[in-house]
Amino acid sequence: MSNITNQSLSEILESIKSKKISSLELTQAYIKNIENAKKLNAFVTTTFDQALENAKKFDNKPNNEQLLSGVPLAVKDLFCTENVKTTAGSNILNNFVPSYESTVTKNLWNNGAFLLGKLNCDEFAMGSSNETSFFGNVINPIGDHLVPGGSSGGSSSALAADLTPATIGTDTGGSIRQPASFTGTVGLKPTYGLCSRWGIVAFASSLDQAGPMTKTVNDCSIMLEAMSGFDEKDSTSINKKKETYSKNLKDNIKGLKIGIPKEYRVDNMPKEIDQLWEKGKKILKNLGAKLIDISLPHTKYALPTYYIVAPAEASSNLARYDGVRYGYRSQKGKDLIEMYENTRSEGFGDEVKRRILIGTYVLSSGYYDAYYLKAQKVRQLIKKDFDDSFTKVDAILTPSTPSSAFKIGEKTNDPVSMYLNDIFTVPVNLAGLPALSLPAGLDKQGYPLGLQLIGKALDEQKILNIGYAFEKNCGYKNEIKKWWS
Amino acid sequence: MSKEKFDYFINGEKGKYEVVIGLEVHAQVLSNSKLFSGSSTKFGADPNKQVSLIDSAFPGMLPVINEECVKQAVKTGLGLNAKINNYSVFDRKNYFYADLPQGYQISQYKNPIVGEGKVLLDMPYGSKEIGIERLHLEQDAGKSIHDMDPSSTYVDLNRSGIALMEIVSKPHLRSPDEVNAYIKKLRTIMRYLGTCDGNMQEGSLRADVNVSVRKVGDKNFGTRCEIKNVNSIKFMQMAIEYEANRQVELIEDGKEIDQETRLFDTKKNETRSMRSKEDAHDYRYFPDPDLLPLKLEQKLIDDLKKSLPELPDNKKERFIQEYGLNSYEANVLVSEKEISDYYEEVAKLSDKKLAATWMMGDLFAMLNDKGLNISNSPISAKNFAELVQSIKSGEISGRIAKEVFEIMVESGDNPKKIIESKGMKQQSDPKELEKMINEILSKNKDKVDQYKAGKEKLFGFFVGQVMKLSGGKANPQLTNEILKKLLKG
Repeated sequence: MSNITNQSLSEILESIKSKKISSLELTQAYIKNIENAKKLNAFVTTTFDQALENAKKFDNKPNNEQLLSGVPLAVKDLFCTENVKTTAGSNILNNFVPSYESTVTKNLWNNGAFLLGKLNCDEFAMGSSNETSFFGNVINPIGDHLVPGGSSGGSSSALAADLTPATIGTDTGGSIRQPASFTGTVGLKPTYGLCSRWGIVAFASSLDQAGPMTKTVNDCSIMLEAMSGFDEKDSTSINKKKETYSKNLKDNIKGLKIGIPKEYRVDNMPKEIDQLWEKGKKILKNLGAKLIDISLPHTKYALPTYYIVAPAEASSNLARYDGVRYGYRSQKGKDLIEMYENTRSEGFGDEVKRRILIGTYVLSSGYYDAYYLKAQKVRQLIKKDFDDSFTKVDAILTPSTPSSAFKIGEKTNDPVSMYLNDIFTVPVNLAGLPALSLPAGLDKQGYPLGLQLIGKALDEQKILNIGYAFEKNCGYKNEIKKWWS
Repeated sequence: MSKEKFDYFINGEKGKYEVVIGLEVHAQVLSNSKLFSGSSTKFGADPNKQVSLIDSAFPGMLPVINEECVKQAVKTGLGLNAKINNYSVFDRKNYFYADLPQGYQISQYKNPIVGEGKVLLDMPYGSKEIGIERLHLEQDAGKSIHDMDPSSTYVDLNRSGIALMEIVSKPHLRSPDEVNAYIKKLRTIMRYLGTCDGNMQEGSLRADVNVSVRKVGDKNFGTRCEIKNVNSIKFMQMAIEYEANRQVELIEDGKEIDQETRLFDTKKNETRSMRSKEDAHDYRYFPDPDLLPLKLEQKLIDDLKKSLPELPDNKKERFIQEYGLNSYEANVLVSEKEISDYYEEVAKLSDKKLAATWMMGDLFAMLNDKGLNISNSPISAKNFAELVQSIKSGEISGRIAKEVFEIMVESGDNPKKIIESKGMKQQSDPKELEKMINEILSKNKDKVDQYKAGKEKLFGFFVGQVMKLSGGKANPQLTNEILKKLLKG
């Protein structure tokens, strides 16, 4: 075997099952990769000893009946992991060790996987470049000067650099799909409520959703199957029968209707993005799908709506980080108010503070109706646009991002241009729909570009099938030179 | 009952003022676990022993509504004759405090679970209806303890997340007495329903009191002040009294009343400013995205309605009809469910009216004296009924009954047994009495002569002598009759 770690999750699972490789050998191979890839800064915490223990345990008594038998996985550091530090990329949680395991990670472990480490991310998942992390920016393996996307930048970087066979991220406005697009990998944001939010550090509760990040669409279906499911501890979790996405994966998409929304052709969009979109359409058409022009008229309001709703919820969700019960506490201050002020001033970074301020403002008396309430109304209209379209089409194809990975530092001083990165991804979160980002080509600099497939609520199987067919016919392959080791 | 006139006004130099009061009562929901977590709600545990990860707001923790608390709120709403809303929403009320772990309280703002209702008060000047504006569910905060250490504040989160019902009245109350009656009525209703234990010492029932004054006859309300978190009826009354007079003085001096939040200082018996309207918190209410809107099936509401126990207003009517009690007696006897249960048990076995008189007299006096309540009364309802029957049948006199009662309290014994063993039975044999009376009259010839000469006051003396000779057992009615007859002769 050449190098096990550059294979897909499904291939690796096959190798373990057929005993071509032990779980221990596999784990050691990843540990070696991780140790050689410190430059990427993808990990906040590694749990090598624990992983090796778990691998040995598996090898002693292998159970190959599970979806993720014997596989080590690194996860975004937004998932609370029992007895393993969980930081959310923030100073305010830099010493926080949960006594509990998030439902989603527990589901992974219950399916035979075990923890390899915790992956860097933007602070409280607020960012599009992984530059807001207290633990430093993450580098895209595509190039040493490039951001890996965000907020699940540690996840995308680690996955593309073969530091984990698959991973999970969270997506509030594009935090899985945009980094997937920037690193030539597959990322899925599931329907809101498909994966439990219990034990995930909250950013914006009505938008947050965990999802898989993988090298292939098949891997994506395996991971989704493992991590999803009803959870009575999350009131917004959807109570429905569990699906077997990987078993039902089909590449026949003949006759499916694919919507092409005209509003996703934005001003100043690079020509390459347009060309990529054309390429995608052509592939699907050749596979027998029908392309249908559709309109999502409120798309242009999605970004401003998102940047009201998400900060509003965040401003409230982050109020609990006050230094009283856990996490960082400033030693300065002579009374409670000063302790709060100093703790939060020192504990939060600039982007988090910016969003708390925006959120506090839009909820304030006198502004609530003009901002928050109006945004909620627009959100309904955006959702309705999608509902109307889905009476005519099975799925919608758009670009994932308006550009390829940008340079480290390029947008850090221009929040608006940074926020514009989410323009194609946020409408999906506002509508609570599933969307899959697929690697589809390279720009002229040789950087990956992604296309996005948006599905009806709970129609993950269909977009996975379309993605699966697309992947087989697209011919995209990540060719990453391991310049860091 | 004679109807008095309502007369709670404040007389200033420039006119007569009426006091307008509205209450926001916070009633702790009776439930085993908290509103959004499984932690216990038992009172009196060691600090921070009943706190889950949710109550202490750890990262990633999510609230899940406790159905029992929802049912309790619906029941309470039904008990207040209120509209139950099939659709209600939980909102976040955002503010920072050390005993508020989430940095927000989950409450209901625009869409409460219960809408308008009403409560009926029995006042000496007639019955009065007090409107209920709304009832909503919310979480309690923890407790900050400032006096355990000179330089630190301690926080106890046992209370954090416990379900409260905030019951908001309309500004229909007009005096401290009405406030007293209102709180007691609310408490009675909730105790009947089993939705709140109403224990004010343990903080299960507290209130914010809104007070304003206006000249009698004015249509518009005056500027109100809110007195926060008063935890006894007595303090509420004192606070209202003080605050209303303060406001009248300001008006009389030609000064403005600031709309503000005030605190009642129980030691100094005064209210003082806590924060003005300008400093009022901006709570930034918005729907809690962690919780879906609460949708209640009409069937659930209907089923709960069917399961409601008989409520005090209905029971009072029934007591009047069924037991021939007057309104005052019925009121007292339905004031607590346990009292009404006791009374009904006694009334079934004895004279209904006499039972009421004796319960409200000697029994309540004794319980009050011993600091007991009806549920732990040393006299069982059955024994009490026997005592009442012994009086009614003439077996013992009222005076002897009081002695028997005392012995029952001490021993818990059956009254028949006490009467038998102590020979306390009433002397009701006319022949025996006549013999006794003749003996007394012959011993007191001088007094008899005086009586016959017109000194009729001496009748009491003869009765006293009979009682003395009989050891108090002579039947008083018969004694009177025979005495009169023999003194005439």
